[in-house]
Amino acid sequence: MSRKPFVRPVPATTWYMRNGRYLRYMAREVSSLFIGLYMAGLAMGLMRLAQGPDAWNAYLTALSSPLALVFHVLAFAFATYHATTWFNATPKAMRIRWGDGYVPGPTVVRAHYALWGLVSLVILVLVGVI
Amino acid sequence: MSERTIELEILRYNPATDEAPWYQTYTVPCQEEWVVLDAINYVKDHLDSSLSYRWSCHMAVCGSCGMMINGEPMLSCKAFLRDFGRKIRVEPLSHFPIERDLVVVLDDFMEKLPRVKPYIVRDQEKPIEEGEYKQKPFELYEFKQYSMCINCMLCYAACPQYGLNSEFIGPAALALAHRYNKDSRDEGRDQREEITAAHDGIWECSFVGACSEVCPKAVDPAGAIQQMKLASTMDWYLERLGGVGARVKRSLSSRRTSK
Amino acid sequence: METIQTDVAIVGAGGAGLRAAIALAEADPGLSITLLSKVYPMRSHTCAAEGGAAGVIKPDDSLDQHFSDTVGGGDWLCDQDAVELFINEAPRELTRLEHWGCPWSRETDGSVAVRPFGGMKIKRTWFAADKSGFHILHTLFQTSLKYPAIKRLDEVFTTDLIVVDGKVQGCCAIEMRTGQMIQVQAKAVILCSGGGGRMFPFTTNGAIKTGDGMAMAYRAGVPLKDMEFVQYHPTGLPSTGILLTEGCRGEGGVLRNKDGYRYLQDYGMGPESPLGEPVLKTMELGPRDRLSQAFWHEQQKGNTIQTQWGDCVYLDLRHLGEAKINERLPFVRDLAKSYSGVDMVTDMVPIRPVVHYMMGGIHTDITAATPLPGLFAAGECACVSINGANRLGSNSLTELLVFGRRAAESAVAYIKDSGVSVDGAAANREATAVEARIRALFDRPEGDETTAGLRQEMFDTMEGGAGIYRDEASLTATTAKLAELRQRWQTLSVRDKSAVFNTDVMQVLELGAMLDLAETVASSALERKESRGSHQRLDHTERDDTRYLKHSMASYRGETAPPAIDYLDVTITKSQPGVRDYSGAKS
Repeated sequence: MSRKPFVRPVPATTWYMRNGRYLRYMAREVSSLFIGLYMAGLAMGLMRLAQGPDAWNAYLTALSSPLALVFHVLAFAFATYHATTWFNATPKAMRIRWGDGYVPGPTVVRAHYALWGLVSLVILVLVGVI
Repeated sequence: MSERTIELEILRYNPATDEAPWYQTYTVPCQEEWVVLDAINYVKDHLDSSLSYRWSCHMAVCGSCGMMINGEPMLSCKAFLRDFGRKIRVEPLSHFPIERDLVVVLDDFMEKLPRVKPYIVRDQEKPIEEGEYKQKPFELYEFKQYSMCINCMLCYAACPQYGLNSEFIGPAALALAHRYNKDSRDEGRDQREEITAAHDGIWECSFVGACSEVCPKAVDPAGAIQQMKLASTMDWYLERLGGVGARVKRSLSSRRTSK
Repeated sequence: METIQTDVAIVGAGGAGLRAAIALAEADPGLSITLLSKVYPMRSHTCAAEGGAAGVIKPDDSLDQHFSDTVGGGDWLCDQDAVELFINEAPRELTRLEHWGCPWSRETDGSVAVRPFGGMKIKRTWFAADKSGFHILHTLFQTSLKYPAIKRLDEVFTTDLIVVDGKVQGCCAIEMRTGQMIQVQAKAVILCSGGGGRMFPFTTNGAIKTGDGMAMAYRAGVPLKDMEFVQYHPTGLPSTGILLTEGCRGEGGVLRNKDGYRYLQDYGMGPESPLGEPVLKTMELGPRDRLSQAFWHEQQKGNTIQTQWGDCVYLDLRHLGEAKINERLPFVRDLAKSYSGVDMVTDMVPIRPVVHYMMGGIHTDITAATPLPGLFAAGECACVSINGANRLGSNSLTELLVFGRRAAESAVAYIKDSGVSVDGAAANREATAVEARIRALFDRPEGDETTAGLRQEMFDTMEGGAGIYRDEASLTATTAKLAELRQRWQTLSVRDKSAVFNTDVMQVLELGAMLDLAETVASSALERKESRGSHQRLDHTERDDTRYLKHSMASYRGETAPPAIDYLDVTITKSQPGVRDYSGAKS
């Protein structure tokens, strides 16, 4: 047999370095790590709140440390990236009939942003910031 | 006619003489309006008749001439020289074994495609004498996009999941399964789901979205797969709802196949 | 050499080959079917057809009308019994394709929509936007996956038929991935290998359309019928030959010369129809031969536009508006934009006639059988003949289906009736001889001849001498040149000696096939001293029914000898030759 197909190996750990498209995807996936850590921090806060005013105050102090601030800025950036990439991807999965076609993709994306804004507004009103 | 000269760097591999692929550079005099395929044809005709590659229609519909052009999976008949610099690197499609030069082995896709039953499945065939199935423009619109796949394999070359796990059924085959699932004439979704929602089916997709970005026919396989995930999840829950779920599912599907 | 034994071998997996394969599998599930193709089925050139497929389905239409359009369109060179059969079968075949999932465009009530096409008095062309051939091919290919009896040999290049005792007993092929020769021993062979438009420089045909199957049959002694009839499609893109469907004109597009004048009215196709309201069977909806010939006359008068790729006229679709263009013609809009840099919504597209289709081909009777027992043919490679001297647009996609199926049924009947069995030893001897002949190509001493060089000379002589208009002098020069090129081909060597996916040897063989066919085109054209349909002689400008209401039959006489040209009567059932009237007069 004269055939000898050549298989080009795909690097198992660095495959996403091959192009920008994969890197952006990895960034989206990694963003969930920051969101997870942020949630863990939040859960810890609730725990401290249940433990009494001292614990709660210590928690608040810890939150204002430079390290915590840096983390929150990062987490916020990643959360925003996560939300934007997912919102932009939603029209692919959500096809809503509109006459003889579908609601246009950009409209679906905009609706997500609008909903996000609305929910944020309600929360801000509820917690009394506005 | 304006002319320009390009450096075409082509990955060569001849199984009879080469242990591994290597790059060969050709200097090609080109016309401004040429596509990369024209430059490759020039090499074949005038510089090196041993270069092997596939092509036919030169109008982006036969799907033969997919290649990596400067690292991107593209149809070489629709990759215009005007969009590139003086140096262009051409390689066989990623993620496929190289048979020779720019020719890759497509056995894997050809074996997977029939598994997803890409044809109309019906409990009862309608006699020809009764004429065509009626299909409203919207019913056509629902699946038309997914029927545009030319099997050019660019999506497999772009999909990192397929690169890491070649068992993954992959974008084009799944999009074609979806195409028939969404066809108002079809009744085979449950049969297809046994394959598409099983191991190596839709859940292998992590929604990188690269397939849809490189698709030359705007088929959007990523969208098809996400919709299949939604439908499959719905099915899972409905099955667990017992009789009520079964009724809901029946009414959903009977609405689709009403003629 | 690997030997495969099968009941029926089909060569070519485009529309006709796939339809035949499915028909065989349905006729008898016990039948073993081998489908050979030099490319994967979905690469077959059926995919490039755009406009649609004709079949009578609407209440305002009639089989008789489709018959008279087709026969008149073919300038009475069609065999009318074949046309009748074709037209009767057409609606069933198109409906069957609908049942298999073909995404035909629809009316608002959900019924299949039809569009106007050139030379058709009534709208009867089924279409799937402007990718009808693509959808037909993929529907057939995907449906064929249902049938385990269909064994495909993809990327296997068939080189020769195996003929034993005057019967076809299989074929020989090169498996591209290994370079090994295989013999497929079969009780019957169906050729569905397409046309050979690639013998011309400007063509809508893909690279694979090199007429291998026609040449194979020709060398095995089957005459090639009506080879002088080569269809120019009036609207191709000038630089690449890319097809802009006749659907462009069906939807209301018009042709203009450099002054913006709709010149077709000067060539017996007037009066001018109102813009955006195409009138069937006149002006832009005239037949392809007349439109391409009108271009030639405009060119002679200096009314064409000079572009860097030669003379052009304009296809104007601007009045259709963006919405309609996007709905009905999205693919050609993209093609014109990408390959010519023109958006047809806002600008006129420069176009010119390009070689599109060969009316002629392997001589078959109405059952798709050739004179060689065990050999059948369907599709563009065959000549039944339903297309006569000029095919009407949208008849050929339907032809694939009707005669693909019919070839399969005839092959089954042949196997059952004649109780034919394959003489394995004799077939093997034949195949071994073929293998030796192919091997010898590699042993030819390397000379100065190159495939590309010979091909270019073939292009030049075909374009120069056997184009839209021909005469004695041009055809004599072309036949002489082709005889010389066939001689020189004998010394053409294969430079690439390797086994795996050797496209060099494939191109050498394809060129050999094209040169043989080109010679039948030129020789048949030289002998036909009249003008009919797509065959126009400047020195014999009238149709001559007394002498030439006949099919030409070109028979092989050896590797370097020109073909023998003979004639066969045309079958006429109900329509006597008359005047082709595209003046828009009510008939």
